[in-house]
Amino acid sequence: MRLSKIFKNTLLILTACLVLSACATKKEVATDSITGQMQGDVYTGTDTVEYLADGVPDRVFFATNESILTTASRETLRAQAAWLRKNPGINVVLEGHADERGTREYNLALGERRANAAKDYLMTYGISSDRITVLSYGKERPVDSGSNPLAWSKNRRSVTVKAN
Amino acid sequence: MLKIIIKLILILIPFNSYALIEVDITRGNLNPLPLAVSPLSIDENSRKNFEKILKKENIGSEISNIVEDNLRTSGLFNPLDKKAFLQAPDIANLKPRFEDWNLIKAQALITGKVNLVENKLRVEFRLWDVLAAKEMMALAFTTVPNNWRRVGHIISDKIYERLTGEKGYFDTRIIYVSEEGPKTQRIKKLAIMDQDGFNNKFLTLGNELVLTPRFNPTSQMVTYLSYFRNMPRVYLLDIETGTQEVVGDFPGMTFAPRFSPDGKKIIMSFAKDGKSDIYTMNLENRLVERITNHPSIDTSPSYSPDGKYITFNSDRSGYQQIYIMKKDGSDVKRISFGNGLYGTPVWSPRGDLIAFTKLHKGKFYIGVMRTDGSGERLLTENFYQEAPSWSPNGRVLIFYRETKTNAKGEGFSAKLWSIDLTGYNERQIKTPTDASDPSWSSLLSN
Repeated sequence: MRLSKIFKNTLLILTACLVLSACATKKEVATDSITGQMQGDVYTGTDTVEYLADGVPDRVFFATNESILTTASRETLRAQAAWLRKNPGINVVLEGHADERGTREYNLALGERRANAAKDYLMTYGISSDRITVLSYGKERPVDSGSNPLAWSKNRRSVTVKAN
Repeated sequence: MLKIIIKLILILIPFNSYALIEVDITRGNLNPLPLAVSPLSIDENSRKNFEKILKKENIGSEISNIVEDNLRTSGLFNPLDKKAFLQAPDIANLKPRFEDWNLIKAQALITGKVNLVENKLRVEFRLWDVLAAKEMMALAFTTVPNNWRRVGHIISDKIYERLTGEKGYFDTRIIYVSEEGPKTQRIKKLAIMDQDGFNNKFLTLGNELVLTPRFNPTSQMVTYLSYFRNMPRVYLLDIETGTQEVVGDFPGMTFAPRFSPDGKKIIMSFAKDGKSDIYTMNLENRLVERITNHPSIDTSPSYSPDGKYITFNSDRSGYQQIYIMKKDGSDVKRISFGNGLYGTPVWSPRGDLIAFTKLHKGKFYIGVMRTDGSGERLLTENFYQEAPSWSPNGRVLIFYRETKTNAKGEGFSAKLWSIDLTGYNERQIKTPTDASDPSWSSLLSN
């Protein structure tokens, strides 16, 4: 049928676009890695980081579609746990976030999964689950409004916020 | 689309087969059916009265403009320029001079008239086959004058149905999320409008984040996600009365709500301890039922139109893919196997297709596949777009598209778009603010 020919042509064009766009994305990643603010696609810079106390960063970062804690993230969370043990009156909210490159509903779940990864780690370092609330914002509250791999890496995060 | 054209041909063949065989779908752009929408005629007395009530100089022309716009927007019809019309509206409605309409190549003609009868708007219209010189349909409605836009939509639906053999989708509304402000602090409100973008109304004030509103297919109820008091929960909203309530009593975030086809249940995800599962709540007896139980993220559930199956997306294979299962959660089967990630499956109201969002190599696609995952067809590709919602007749998809920001993070926008199931006729739906998460209502009439 002639109609199916049209679809085939459309597919061919789409495929061509894909091939082209794939190259473009790779280049972008490469440029940002050079700036030294990312390892793989996990943010390693400090631009957006705030501090709960001296030497206690408030956030950890994740790779695309992942909720695995990196070595640096675990170090941050151990510092948070130590600070929380010293300040037993303080409760926290763990706010999980995703970048804009995913569907809204899946990203809500992903943000929740990331915040829970941080929560589990705090709990293994002696913080009671009663002191921790988890809240996912999905992709609704980016810190960086850029549409590039570096901005996205800053937005894939779990932020520990004082609740009281 | 092919089906529609075949139906068009079938319907009109008895009148004149030669002209319609020329409908050419092989060139990639379809030849929409040329037709003439003659302005609805109106007597001077009625015209003046309506001008007072509705502040419209000629309500007859206004209503016929709605019909013309709807038919053009569908991509199936080509309403001809009124300047070329030879016959006056009132006389055309009594007895068209078919030679005149034939001369300007109109294959169908719509005529009609408007009156004020006991403070009500009375509209009659007729659809004529120009080539066969025959009346195809005649109907009359009486309603309150303020309903004049809906009258235009109902006429459009009747004509669409008569000429294509399928139900129309013009007398419908869209609920969506209105967006304003910088990307890092977006203010989002629920908003509702007619399918053509008119009668826009905001339903929330923007004090809390709201997402993913969806219509009940059988009533004027909406379910959506609200961050009221910073607790993301699924809510139920009656858009007639404005009353709202939380759906269920879950100790954590509920999200991704949708109604069952009979409107009696809400299906949604509940996230706890890093996993999200699918639940339903029966709105009559409030009973909550767990449908999936898996350490993965299971979300974006959508029922088949017969209510027997559910499609959803899950990352149980490692990445986001589309699955179907029976309504009780048994017989889970993965159906998406192409390259890339697949999300937001929505079952077509016709039952035969599932629309979805696909992410592959940095691009987002809206596509459709059969319910067994075969016949995947991508309709449109962009930097970011997602969340297709079907027109009630299963012919058109509405979705939202976001633009890429520049190096300074500027230039962000989110807009609603619609596209025909065939991949043709992509168009933006104008909204007063930026917009996302559209959901199409059922037909309001009939």
